Amino acid sequence: MAYSDKVIDHYSNPKNVGTLDKASKSVGTGLVGAPECGDVMRLQIEVDQTTGVITDAKFKTFGCGSAIASSSLATEWLKGKTIDEAVKIDNMDLVEELNLPPVKIHCSVLAEDAIKAAINDFRVKNGLAELVFEQSHV
Amino acid sequence: MLKLPIYLDHNATTPMDPRVLEAMIPYFVENFGNAASRNHSFGWHAEEAVDYAREQVAQLIGADPKEIIFTSGATEGDNLGIKGVYEMYASKGNHIITCTTEHKAVLDTCKHLEKSGAEVTYLEVQPDGLIDLKQLEAAMKPTTILVAIMYANNEIGVVQPVKEIAAIAKKHGALFFTDGVQAVGKIPVDVIADGIDIMAFTAHKMYGPKGVGALYVRRKNPRVKVTAQLDGGGHERGMRSGTLNVPGIVGFGKACELARLEMAADTERISKLRDKLENALKQIDESYVNGNPAHRLPHVSNISFKYVEGEGLMMGFNKDIALSSGSACTSASLEPSYVLKALGLGDDLAHSSLRFGLGRYTTEEQIDFTIKAVTDTVLKLREMSPLWEMFKEGIDIDAIQWAHH
Repeated sequence: MAYSDKVIDHYSNPKNVGTLDKASKSVGTGLVGAPECGDVMRLQIEVDQTTGVITDAKFKTFGCGSAIASSSLATEWLKGKTIDEAVKIDNMDLVEELNLPPVKIHCSVLAEDAIKAAINDFRVKNGLAELVFEQSHV
Repeated sequence: MLKLPIYLDHNATTPMDPRVLEAMIPYFVENFGNAASRNHSFGWHAEEAVDYAREQVAQLIGADPKEIIFTSGATEGDNLGIKGVYEMYASKGNHIITCTTEHKAVLDTCKHLEKSGAEVTYLEVQPDGLIDLKQLEAAMKPTTILVAIMYANNEIGVVQPVKEIAAIAKKHGALFFTDGVQAVGKIPVDVIADGIDIMAFTAHKMYGPKGVGALYVRRKNPRVKVTAQLDGGGHERGMRSGTLNVPGIVGFGKACELARLEMAADTERISKLRDKLENALKQIDESYVNGNPAHRLPHVSNISFKYVEGEGLMMGFNKDIALSSGSACTSASLEPSYVLKALGLGDDLAHSSLRFGLGRYTTEEQIDFTIKAVTDTVLKLREMSPLWEMFKEGIDIDAIQWAHH
């Protein structure tokens, strides 16, 4: 199966690989997937607590090229968005931007789940209730 | 100059040897006759060519030419061998013993027979990929008509104790079928010494053309018969009807002759390259060779690189190097290789595996390039892997409750 140029570009030059301090109150961490399924994604956001703007985002991913590209693109999109804008990122936007084939849609779902998990982690740390999300498009 | 891409997937298929192609060419346009045409010279020429090839094929495995049934390939051979015995020996019993790491052509054939009344025992393999002979012995029943165990495995290259398996089958009055696809032409296979009753193999795994294979069917001690699965003109002693693929068979014969003459030299050279590759890649932390290293094909190495995913790993070099992964990220099921899982490997290691299959034209330069490309990509992806980071921090990844999708 051939990968799209955008997937190859993110795979070859991933954006925002790294680790933020998960103990910090301004950092939200989402760890999703499972080694058995061949995909584990960790996505972290750093939030300016007064403005609610995401000032930094980092990821580490165990998975195929599409999983790496989905998380790399997600971190790019997250930076500069507010938390409220970030929750609206839809996996199908990632699919479209990266031109993912149907068998790789689950990679984008995982990235969307990672974003939401990171946001909820941040909310819980700061005394807010977890948001309940509908199922993404699989 | 190193020419890219490099082909290291010789368990999937092999390039045709130019000497094989040369032998085949006259049988397309000039000598196009049907080997079953008995009344003119076109047919005689074709028959003569097929007879010669039959001898070349037989000689490679120590068989009599009359024991070679030409087929379209090993999937057909597996089907004909197993279904043919099941139908022919129905009055003797309905029990078949096979193992969980067989090729799908064997497993699915057995599953098919289960629907029509066969009882099939699927032996588990040990962590090194070999079957346990005591388990085989214990599984034998008075109704056992067939033991079907592959000679060598396509994913990890382990070579089963064929002689011992054959002896157990014989002792209990059952026939022994083996899928010899990966072994024939690569390591010495002798149907007499090994005690094989029926064996499927194919040309394209040994530098011959695709679409042609053979089923060895023993004629003496015991005389074995298989029920034909294709009805028609009664070719191949009534066991496989259909006009013979004369150019393919000629190429198959030539490929067998070359394998017989060059096997020792090829093995010596290729196994050195395989060992060089494997020893270098074993230097990477948390890399594991899969399968019994002592009982293994000389040209295969299957290695898991823990904490990186196989398909992601291949993407790092797959424009330059062609090989296979046990990961199944592209399949809808997301299930990794059933062969690696049968060894007891965790899903994480099964997803992290690469299969290297070297061949007749593999060079040291290609191996050096591969060592560097694979090592660089593993290290790069580990820097990106949350599991690697956890491992380095001493977190027990198996103890984490992962959310399943």
